[in-house]
Amino acid sequence: MAAGNRLAAGGRIDRSKPLHFTFNGKAYTGFQGDTLASALLANGVRLTARSFKYHRPRGIVGAGVEEPATLVELMGDDASGNRPATTVPLTEGLAAKAVNCWPSLAFDIGAVNQLASRFIPAGFYYKTFKWPNWHLYERPIRKAAGLAAAPSEPPSKGHYETRYGHCDVLIAGAGPAGLMAALTVARAGLRVMIADEGCEAGGSLLSRRLTIGGTDAMEWVDATFAELNAMPNVTHLQNATVWGYREHNYLMVTERAPANPSLLERTWRVRAGHVITATGAIERGLVFGNNDRPGVMLASAVQAYVNRYGVAPGKRAVIFTNNNSAYAVAADLAAAGVEVRAIADSRDAVPDEARAIVPGIEIMAGKCVTEAQGTRQIRSVAVAAKTGGSARILSCDLLAMSGGWNPTVHLWSQSRSTLRYDDPLATFLPDTPAQPISAAGAANGALTLQDALRSGAEAAAQIAGTTPPDIPDAPDLPYAMEPLWRVETAKGKAFLDLQNDVTVDDIHLALREGYSNVEHVKRYTTGGMGFDQGKTGNINIIGTVALAQGLAMDQVGTTTFRAPYTPVSFGAIGGLREETVALPYRHTPITEWNLAQGAFMYEAGARWRRPGYFPRAGEGLQEATNRECRAVRFGVGVYDGSPLGTFELKGRDVGRFLDYLYSNVMSSLKPGNGRYGLMLSDDGLIMDDGVCFRLDDHRWIVSTSTGHADAINGHMEEMLQTRFPEWNVFITTVTSQWNNATICGPKAREVMAALGTDIDLSPEAFPFMTVRDGTVAGLPARVVRVSFTGELSFEVNVAPRHMRALWAKVMEAGAPFGILPVGSEASHVLRVEKGFLSLGHEVDGTVDAYDLGMGWAMSKKKSDYLGKRAVQIRREGAAPRRELVGVIPEPDRQIPEGAPLTPGGRREKTEGFVTACVWSVVHERWVGLALLEGGHARHGETAHVRLKGGEVIPVRVTAPCHYDPDGDKLRS
Amino acid sequence: MMQIPCPFCGPRNESEFSFGGPVKPPRPDPSAVSDEDWTAWLTQVPNPLGPVQEQWWHVRGCGTWLTIWRDTRTHDIVEAPDGGR
Ligand SMILES: [Zn+2]
Repeated sequence: MAAGNRLAAGGRIDRSKPLHFTFNGKAYTGFQGDTLASALLANGVRLTARSFKYHRPRGIVGAGVEEPATLVELMGDDASGNRPATTVPLTEGLAAKAVNCWPSLAFDIGAVNQLASRFIPAGFYYKTFKWPNWHLYERPIRKAAGLAAAPSEPPSKGHYETRYGHCDVLIAGAGPAGLMAALTVARAGLRVMIADEGCEAGGSLLSRRLTIGGTDAMEWVDATFAELNAMPNVTHLQNATVWGYREHNYLMVTERAPANPSLLERTWRVRAGHVITATGAIERGLVFGNNDRPGVMLASAVQAYVNRYGVAPGKRAVIFTNNNSAYAVAADLAAAGVEVRAIADSRDAVPDEARAIVPGIEIMAGKCVTEAQGTRQIRSVAVAAKTGGSARILSCDLLAMSGGWNPTVHLWSQSRSTLRYDDPLATFLPDTPAQPISAAGAANGALTLQDALRSGAEAAAQIAGTTPPDIPDAPDLPYAMEPLWRVETAKGKAFLDLQNDVTVDDIHLALREGYSNVEHVKRYTTGGMGFDQGKTGNINIIGTVALAQGLAMDQVGTTTFRAPYTPVSFGAIGGLREETVALPYRHTPITEWNLAQGAFMYEAGARWRRPGYFPRAGEGLQEATNRECRAVRFGVGVYDGSPLGTFELKGRDVGRFLDYLYSNVMSSLKPGNGRYGLMLSDDGLIMDDGVCFRLDDHRWIVSTSTGHADAINGHMEEMLQTRFPEWNVFITTVTSQWNNATICGPKAREVMAALGTDIDLSPEAFPFMTVRDGTVAGLPARVVRVSFTGELSFEVNVAPRHMRALWAKVMEAGAPFGILPVGSEASHVLRVEKGFLSLGHEVDGTVDAYDLGMGWAMSKKKSDYLGKRAVQIRREGAAPRRELVGVIPEPDRQIPEGAPLTPGGRREKTEGFVTACVWSVVHERWVGLALLEGGHARHGETAHVRLKGGEVIPVRVTAPCHYDPDGDKLRS
Repeated sequence: MMQIPCPFCGPRNESEFSFGGPVKPPRPDPSAVSDEDWTAWLTQVPNPLGPVQEQWWHVRGCGTWLTIWRDTRTHDIVEAPDGGR
């Protein structure tokens, strides 16, 4: 057929606006208002796809989201995969190609699968490609199956966006029921959001020739929207699908063409007081031989092409139906000048009102199409009595089929609301709502126009607490049907699910093999999966299962309806994101200075970016780290300690609160003094280590490790609010209110003096583990004598607005003393030399304070604190403990972190592992820390590291502290 | 996404909260219970199919630790079975 399927007049396309597009490389022309599918049909393109499993030729079947057969890949700026051709609005320059066909649509090598089809039954993949594992086969099979490739580049023309929405009533669907509902609730003053998935509002009215109140139904749609859009309490989203229904009436709505040129799509996350699903109904197919051939279409789709798009999808049509609605399609085809050869109706008795609208068309009552004939497009159909017997061959190029209608209950069901099987309509209908939700119109089984309008008005009036408005007169053909789940005399493959190539035989095979539950049938056959989620075919699968098992439909039940209702772009879910990292980094005021110094930046817990080391020209990590360490040990260094978690606790009961949280006693601290402590969870694990300083009687500062600050904040608040709500304690996070430069090293006091301060710096006046407020370099400061390096240290805390000034002055005052900035690598070396523990290195879920040689931190005096009892119980066990020791590799060499220790280095169960190993600048050799079974009693012994591959390294076991064991330096 | 009622802020999105787990019985006096009872209290967490009382922290809101009764089958926030604690 050549181009020329476009009707001379009619439809909602704009014949004055031609649009050029390509399909599989060939150029075509359509009109503004077309979809890709309608434009292809107008150009006489019948063969548009190859099927998933058998690579059978397929054409366009539907006219909307129900399309099961024709998936296309869009190219160029619109690149996206697996789009139903029926949902792609035609645009100038659109380039599309069919998926599932290689090397070409016309010559498809995969079609040999058809010849072998009896070898590819249901469950074939599960049975065949399982040894040694599926992944070996996955790639070639996916390639042969040929679903569209993901675009290699993100879209260049704009970006995605997500936003929140709130409304009293969300209405899904702007067909007659949705619009009537929207009018009713909007007039009552409620905040209304109405979202419709079509390019144009109107739903079924767009495809039918109906009147409302005596005028064209679309005029009523326009008038209704004119009224709605004038109201400030109405938000109208067009080309927007409500695709997910979550708990507590939280719904996902994606707008595909927001009115903003830089926006590709926008996803709304809507919290709705009430939801009305006015989502319409989807026509179902009929199951007969070769019912997948190009030219076999849903009757409602044929109607849409004729009435909405001005396209005749064929020259000579046969209608096959089990219900009344297809008679209107026949009438519309005849009115458009298409020859309707006959109507085969599986019902023995055809209602008079249906007959009345198709004068002159032959009606074959009690007859079924048993087979479609023709391969790349149908040439004829065979029609026979339902019970069998000789067939009549009717030549035709179009078969419009209607198996009845399924209310679109996807959102209803996603909300956990229940369904019931309705015998007169032979389908599942909304039953009991589980959330504030109502169904209206065809989605609630009101399948004629007048009923749909009334249903929308009544559902809305109930929510608004008003009386339903008068319903305009809207004549429609009454709906009546008799179920026909499959034609039992069918010849050839009879497809239930076109998208997944699932046939009646596949269902029977699954049942024979014991997969009798409908959910198992779905998974075994893949029926009802894929992009269309079985919108046209699921009910026939359920019917086929019911027939084969002698069950009623509601005994078989439906499979679960899952979000998304239609495919959604990943971008539309993600929305706008920072473009380089998944989660934004935290910065201190010194980050820019660090970067300017050429620091190699690390992520140092809780997404803080901190300098790892400051390499100079020609230096690697080790050289730079050694230089920074020497500065601290023999001169002076400074680091930015701002990311440490800092909390101010105020109130009369802080002391006993801290005594409960920490394993040691904090309440005995005098103002101005501080103490290191361990925080345990109640099951005895070490959660954190840190220091507490008492500022005055009722004011304390608690420092936590950087990475655990957020968790400790939650922990402290939980304990306070849930266990001791009557205690007088107020917790304030001040991590970002205090920044600090920690000056450390033997010359630290000289640098402090050079900075200028009103604080007496002498060790007698300002000893280790005390805090003083004063000014430093003219800035208000709180100075803390705490040390994480083992050297004399002054942690100079200032407000963030003063941090850069402080830092600059420290570098300036420290220059004569050779001050160097110190990164995380050097900090790690310095703490290992001192045997200071690090959470995540020496501390895991198996280690307690005694193992770490910190039994002193476990108070004997306190009757209770978090973790006390659990540690007691754990230590009563007889199993040997892994205890913290120092290790000196002999010979002198590096040992990888985590290397196991085994008895004698033999290939036996490990007795511990090396937690850290660093180049010590004071010993000028490698030293390390390890957790070793019975380690405390083994100082002086030799233990053995066994590396992967069997290499054994002897290590001398020592106390954990490799440097200044008496702490003279840090107290100096 | 659930909508959780905060006694101070009203109904707010779940994303403002941090989950604090089911509410356990009150912590026993650790010096007055057997090892078995202590271990049971530590390790056993209510896990009913149905209403459970649980803690949430309104961390991105007012900072309150609050409790709700949630039906684990449906996410419905329900009345306390005994009319409140
Ligand atoms: Zn709150």
